[in-house]
Amino acid sequence: MSAPIRLADVTVAYRRHPAVHHVTGEFAPGSMTAIVGPNGAGKTTLLRALMGEVPTDQGRIDRGGIDPRAIAYLPQQAALDRGFPLACAEVVAMGHWGRVGPFRRMTPEASGRTAEALAAVGLDGFARRPIATLSAGQFQRVLFARMLLQDAPVVLLDEPFTAIDARTTADLMRVVARWHGEGRTVIAVLHDLEMVRAHFPDALLLAREAIAWGPTPTALSSANLFRARMMAEAWDETAEVCAHDETRRAA
Amino acid sequence: MFEPFFEFAFMRRALVGCLALSLSAPPLGVFLVLRRLSLIGDALGHAILPGVAFAVAVFGLSLLAMSVGGVLAGLAVVLGAGLAARGTALREDASLAGFYLVALALGVAIVSASGGRIDLMALLFGAVLAVDDPALLFMAGTASVTLIALAVMWRPLVIETFDPGFLRAARGRGAVWHLGFLALVVLNLVAAFHALGTLMAVGLMMLPATAARFWSASLGGQVVAAALLAMVASATGLTLSFHADVPTGPAIVLTAGALWLVSLAAGPQGSLLAQVLRRPHYAG
Repeated sequence: MSAPIRLADVTVAYRRHPAVHHVTGEFAPGSMTAIVGPNGAGKTTLLRALMGEVPTDQGRIDRGGIDPRAIAYLPQQAALDRGFPLACAEVVAMGHWGRVGPFRRMTPEASGRTAEALAAVGLDGFARRPIATLSAGQFQRVLFARMLLQDAPVVLLDEPFTAIDARTTADLMRVVARWHGEGRTVIAVLHDLEMVRAHFPDALLLAREAIAWGPTPTALSSANLFRARMMAEAWDETAEVCAHDETRRAA
Repeated sequence: MFEPFFEFAFMRRALVGCLALSLSAPPLGVFLVLRRLSLIGDALGHAILPGVAFAVAVFGLSLLAMSVGGVLAGLAVVLGAGLAARGTALREDASLAGFYLVALALGVAIVSASGGRIDLMALLFGAVLAVDDPALLFMAGTASVTLIALAVMWRPLVIETFDPGFLRAARGRGAVWHLGFLALVVLNLVAAFHALGTLMAVGLMMLPATAARFWSASLGGQVVAAALLAMVASATGLTLSFHADVPTGPAIVLTAGALWLVSLAAGPQGSLLAQVLRRPHYAG
């Protein structure tokens, strides 16, 4: 089993204002963690930092030897053109990219795996359906099928169940649980605390700083949730340079 | 009606050249539409003008010089806009607008400074007589290179167009495919301007591409439909140009425009007619 993903004093700032502020901790290999927090708490930023899409201003992220390319990432409400002239199977087959790259042949075996992935998310027989004809929930199933094919050791999900009905959520949650059962590391940004408590063994309560990080029942205690809610969403325009940084520089 | 093609070699050359480019330019147009860059072709059409004008002013009416000048100017604008968009807060369409307006003004300045040695009308709107054998070879060569390049980069280009974030996460070199694609667009516009002119060349690329949307729900189908529509527009437009004594560029683009209007009105996919014609719904 690979090493954990370690965050050591990670700060990510936009225009010098921190979105993620001095976060330290680790995601154990094979763990399943929900990232919870108010809007503007830096949840998406943290995922993007884990992907290596935004640089850290301070601290470091040690991915435990995992290539960022091997991380599967589902962005929040992916801003995709749903009218794009592609069929479901064509979108799902993009999940083979890590193995076939831009030029290698799509083997019959790979095409078979595409069909299996569609079936696994409950879209049997949808292979040739244009994505323009799908509902939001069906489209999210397609994106999950694509992630199935990526066969990634680490899976990052950013609010995967927003605007998705209960039945689709339950089906897709089974897919997430299956990833966890297969020993993959799952990190998901979620707002539904009931769902987090029911399915996610670990939770990170984020309000720019990590308010709590550990087993879900203790991390999401009412005292911790209250502290997270108190976090101001707006930047402090007149903020001083972070004193935490000053002490570090002095040290 | 088609006797000019039998009688005149220059009409045959123009026809073959336009048919060749009908195979390569409209598929690029389909991708431009899907990337929401429909108007970028227009910008690039302007962008190649100073390169061509400069080449004519210095080297005279040399096909090689004009083509190299056009391609270099187009690539400079594409690269400049791409770098400005990636390196600064400016969006790509805004930086492209900036670059092409400067390029266009520069082109017109060079044309007027060269004092009547350059036929601006021919440059902008094309002249069928400009398609000599070297120009024809250049057009056919461009079409071949474009089709091969499209076949090779099809998969990454589709993914980069549909979901650039996915390719970025997979470290799939999205910028390489994007710039390679825009380079093909520049190459096709330069190849087409000999017959159609820098402004009208865009029409052969974009009008069939926007019309294709009404003919197929699949990407491959739209690419084929766009190429077929462009071929019909080329043949009909050239005939029209000969008989009505209209420059080839506007004649072909007007024909493509007519086909686009017909597609919009009565194509099988999402056209006006398809919406008006209420067919009985299925049971499930």
